[in-house]
Amino acid sequence: MTTSDPMIRVTNLDKFYGSFHALKDVNLEVQQGEKMVICGPSGSGKSTLIRCFNGLEWHNSGTLIIDGIEVHQNSKQIRDLRQEVGMVFQQFNLFPHLTVLENLTIGPMKVRKISQSEAEKTARKYLERVHIPEQAEKYPAQLSGGQQQRVAIARSLCMETRIMLFDEPTSALDPEMINEVLDVMVGLADTGMTMVVVTHEMGFARKVADTMVFMEEGQIVEISPPEQFFTNPSSERCRMFLDQILEH
Amino acid sequence: MSATDLPMIKGAPLPQQSPVQKFFGSTFISVVIYLLVIGVICWGSYTGAQNMGYSWQWYRVPQYLYSFTDDGFQPGELLIGLGATIRLSLTAFVLATALGLLVALLRLSGLIVGSAVAVCFLEFIRNIPLLVLLYLFYYVLGPIFKFDRYTASILTLAVFHSALISEILRAGINAVAQGQWEAAKSIGMTTGQTYRYIILPQSVRFMLPPMTGEVVHLIKSSAIVSVIAVAELTTFGRNIISDTYMSFEIWFTVAIVYMVVTLILSIGVSYLERRYAVAQ
Repeated sequence: MTTSDPMIRVTNLDKFYGSFHALKDVNLEVQQGEKMVICGPSGSGKSTLIRCFNGLEWHNSGTLIIDGIEVHQNSKQIRDLRQEVGMVFQQFNLFPHLTVLENLTIGPMKVRKISQSEAEKTARKYLERVHIPEQAEKYPAQLSGGQQQRVAIARSLCMETRIMLFDEPTSALDPEMINEVLDVMVGLADTGMTMVVVTHEMGFARKVADTMVFMEEGQIVEISPPEQFFTNPSSERCRMFLDQILEH
Repeated sequence: MSATDLPMIKGAPLPQQSPVQKFFGSTFISVVIYLLVIGVICWGSYTGAQNMGYSWQWYRVPQYLYSFTDDGFQPGELLIGLGATIRLSLTAFVLATALGLLVALLRLSGLIVGSAVAVCFLEFIRNIPLLVLLYLFYYVLGPIFKFDRYTASILTLAVFHSALISEILRAGINAVAQGQWEAAKSIGMTTGQTYRYIILPQSVRFMLPPMTGEVVHLIKSSAIVSVIAVAELTTFGRNIISDTYMSFEIWFTVAIVYMVVTLILSIGVSYLERRYAVAQ
């Protein structure tokens, strides 16, 4: 693989839920180390798109190439893919019956077959990175929302993935906890991780995004660098959307 | 609009207890009524039996439960029978759970063939009486596959209860949030690993209460194997009666023995449930 190959290349992707056309002819490239922020009104297909990137949703036509390999609907291949592509969910989805440390080590131990001591060492390193090393022995329910989401980020990091997907990571959080999660994400961006983030946090987008994407009704309406995206978007619909969410 | 124009906020009136309700609702009166009812039933059975000329011989019952000899405590026939009942029920329960899990997973597999097989099995089992199923195993499958009455009764109980258990397991599995599946998948777990490490451990909390009910049900329905003379509590009770003609005493005793066992089980599990809830 040469360095010029994109990490994610999406060509003519279509996705249907029954008769509902969820993704319409989506074309997209994400380069290695690139930070892409996707925004758009709810129901515009942004979550569906990134869920395709780690096989949680399956596209009906078009091609999806991740890290040089075309993704087929083959369970072994999708599992391998998921070890390269981490996902952080809106609702955190931590495992409530496991401690924070166990949440972080279960993937490496059971999927990557890493020894427990090795997995715990990695887990503590990443808990340090998300600034909650002292919570390792607690259960998720004992943590605040912001802390839970940071654990979820650490859980993905423990799999040593090369791409991280974020599906509205701060939408379920109380306002005062949003920044602690965004700070962790900014820190992660600085490490050179390839990131695709669905979010409406435009402050975060301005700070880290290399590319902004605006989606509506299953289509990509605009792809542009943030300077242009925020000051002079080419589509009227995108301008209206930005006006609405930047008003406050 | 002034404050007086605001509509009155109406709600359901607070329940008012009438003096009669208060009287009958008090703990003391409740206990008295309860004891009265029990007393009437006991007295009725006793006088009824007297009128039949039945001579009660309760003093002869303990020897069938236990006795003390020079060698110390000796379990009587009924306790030995209870041991057999528990062994039979436990074996059947373990088999039923394994089979039930298989059926539940087949049904949840999303494979058309898998869920069709599971549904057929469930409908077949649920729609024939337990007794007929027992006859099927003992008189039909037994001779064909060469197994004895003990095996036939274990298989009958296991198969019958696996159908009920599979529904409990399925409900428990479905009660775990969908996000758990997605999170497990997105760290690369296989379906098997997801079930084993993520879904099933969380389902236990939902399954424990109905599963207890199922064990109690199984212990009770194990009495049915006495019709093919498998040695267990009910069969032993029947044998004692044919020797001694004390049918009233022995059947009361057998009923109480079943009750004690299932009650202990229920209490034990509710204790376990509380501990589990705290751990969560």
